[in-house]
Amino acid sequence: MWGILRRSAVDGGGFSASSLRRTRFSLVSARSYAAGSKEMTVRDALNSAIDEEMSADPKVFVMGEEVGQYQGAYKITKGLLEKYGPERVYDTPITEAGFTGIGVGAAYAGLKPVVEFMTFNFSMQAIDHIINSAAKSNYMSAGQINVPIVFRGPNGAAAGVGAQHSQCYAAWYASVPGLKVLAPYSAEDARGLLKAAIRDPDPVVFLENELLYGESFPISEEALDSSFCLPIGKAKIEREGKDVTITTFSKMVGFALKAAEKLAEEGISAEVINLRSIRPLDRATINASVRKTSRLVTVEEGFPQHGVCAEICASVVEESFSYLDAPVERIAGADVPMPYAANLERLALPQVEDIVRAAKRACYRSK
Amino acid sequence: MATSFSATLPLHGSQENRLLLPPIRLAPPPSSFLGFTRSLTIPSSRRLYHAHAARRSPVVGVQEVVKEKKVTNSLLITKEEGLVLYEDMILGRSFEDMCAQMYYRGKMFGFVHLYNGQEAVSTGFIKLLTQSDSVVSTYRDHVHALSKGVSARAVMSELFGKVTGCCRGQGGSMHMFSKEHNMLGGFAFIGEGIPVATGAAFTSKYKREVLKQDCEDVTVAFFGDGTCNNGQFYECLNMAALYKLPIIFVVENNLWAIGMSHLRSTSDPEIWKKGPAFGMPGVHVDGMDVLKVREVAKEAVTRARRGEGPTLVECETYRFRGHSLADPDELRDAAEKAKYAARDPITALKKYLVENKLASEGELKTIEKKIDELVEEAVEFADASPQPGRSQLLENVFADPKGFGIGPDGRYRCEDPKFTQGTAQV
Repeated sequence: MWGILRRSAVDGGGFSASSLRRTRFSLVSARSYAAGSKEMTVRDALNSAIDEEMSADPKVFVMGEEVGQYQGAYKITKGLLEKYGPERVYDTPITEAGFTGIGVGAAYAGLKPVVEFMTFNFSMQAIDHIINSAAKSNYMSAGQINVPIVFRGPNGAAAGVGAQHSQCYAAWYASVPGLKVLAPYSAEDARGLLKAAIRDPDPVVFLENELLYGESFPISEEALDSSFCLPIGKAKIEREGKDVTITTFSKMVGFALKAAEKLAEEGISAEVINLRSIRPLDRATINASVRKTSRLVTVEEGFPQHGVCAEICASVVEESFSYLDAPVERIAGADVPMPYAANLERLALPQVEDIVRAAKRACYRSK
Repeated sequence: MATSFSATLPLHGSQENRLLLPPIRLAPPPSSFLGFTRSLTIPSSRRLYHAHAARRSPVVGVQEVVKEKKVTNSLLITKEEGLVLYEDMILGRSFEDMCAQMYYRGKMFGFVHLYNGQEAVSTGFIKLLTQSDSVVSTYRDHVHALSKGVSARAVMSELFGKVTGCCRGQGGSMHMFSKEHNMLGGFAFIGEGIPVATGAAFTSKYKREVLKQDCEDVTVAFFGDGTCNNGQFYECLNMAALYKLPIIFVVENNLWAIGMSHLRSTSDPEIWKKGPAFGMPGVHVDGMDVLKVREVAKEAVTRARRGEGPTLVECETYRFRGHSLADPDELRDAAEKAKYAARDPITALKKYLVENKLASEGELKTIEKKIDELVEEAVEFADASPQPGRSQLLENVFADPKGFGIGPDGRYRCEDPKFTQGTAQV
């Protein structure tokens, strides 16, 4: 059974009635590759993933602020309270450290909590539990106590929410051994990775993106099946190319794909890799791609110093140095707390033009 | 239809009980309070423990506090129980003394926090638990692990950093875990264990109510007086009472957090009072007397097993040694130490057993000898055990062998030979 899907949207194909089950899909799409294929928003993908996992395993429960009666701060957990009742969907008080710790303790004792942070910025109040009691426990107890918990929520910048609500935590969590860190992009990523995360015996930090929640993506039959899940630790090549490799994750994948189209118009064929999994990082895929193209542009939304891009650059320099024809290009958010003004915010985040410029720099430098 | 697990507590219930509480605080108890006739005047203390009317009589009820010990002639324990308690406390004391010796000989290293003087709390509570009940502790966890049933050999080897330790040498002094005995750690950060314990209690309740299993397990969380100023403590008191979780919060108030006196750091030093503020009984007990601790523990554990919710128990105790073996322990008054040394729980129990003819000196000496031999044997075993192999460094980071997750068929993906070859397909 291959959990790795082809980009089947292009293939289209008919859909059977049986797959219409519980999915609600949007006919209005921001992006559609082929007529006749189904689409799903990331929000619905996440909702259906949690729903299916909760119905498959009674040990799975959801805990977080506003997940129940409010239907989820971003409506990801919509309908779950009505369906599963207050014993499995808990509206917690505003006590991140407390309820995260309770989730970890419940995972120690055999349950499978899905803990929602309203945004990952709030996870800093609970980071001691994510790292010290969840990530390190399997190691400290020499395998006796594993922690099958998922910490999920929106990560990174939204629109105009200011410095304290816009930080990207991918690099922070991905530096800790014992955690798995996932960052989905499309609806299929969201579904497959969240289902894999909930089934996983280890603590998983699941970094979503608020601005992607409403976006629709085509979704295949296989992805709608309730046993579908994606592998952890494997990146996806969203677009093949031969001139430059662009690696990125989460919302930036969309920007990279747009940049790749612009570059194609200028005769540069860019390969876009959607990392999907920040820890474990799929170094094999990244290096294989760099060895093919000889140039690398890494993109992320977070702060540049000690970021995910820095790790990828180091990995490529260590493993594929002789294949590189140009210095590695790193595009990250500006090295400032996120400003509020709309134009400054736009300047503080990578845009499509930045990626295009960097790719061109990488391509012309050897000439 | 709300289940008993629903988040909205009947406010009327807790209102009623709140009315019961002010009279407790205002009226000091009559002096015929059996077992609590002590005029505790620690030189630097301004505490009024004689005003602790936390014990009222006679009571049973959701928000009620523990009933007063009855004035009867019957003994509190049988001979067998007495010997079990004695042996457990002697084991705790000998083990910790041996740890000190081994540390100064260089066999043990890093941070070692000893429990001398506090044995009554551990023995008093843990000896009432079953194997499936959970215990969560702090870095001062050797004796909690021993009382819970982890063998002395396993603990000693863990302290020596050997592969035969309870965590294969990967945890250390502050991280004693045992799945078999439900010892859920061993946490270095104070307050970190409290939410984890609350989660384990949450699981008990979830198993009963959602998974419909027969589960009466309770969880006991041990922590110190310093922790009671930490936010997580209050967050968990709130949620444990809100969800009526089967947990007992045991404060081992030994008056000192390293060198910070409890009185210097706490606005209201009477920790038991914080329980009623959150809607659970708060009890204060003499933590140097194992029999009193046991009586309070029995009530608290029964409450939890009956589904009546959490209890906060403040045990007034003392650590005879410094905070850790690296602590010069200069700030504590010698007179204070002497006063508590005179209340050594082991001596007190010995006296009780002998005076009430439950055991002879000879029998107790036999136990002491047996434990001495056990501890020495544990040291020999630990000494003779090998250190962990180099390959063990990278093991146990994940439960999942290669980190690729679980596939749709329910098995680990890395077990599928086709998976690990090549990279992702487009």
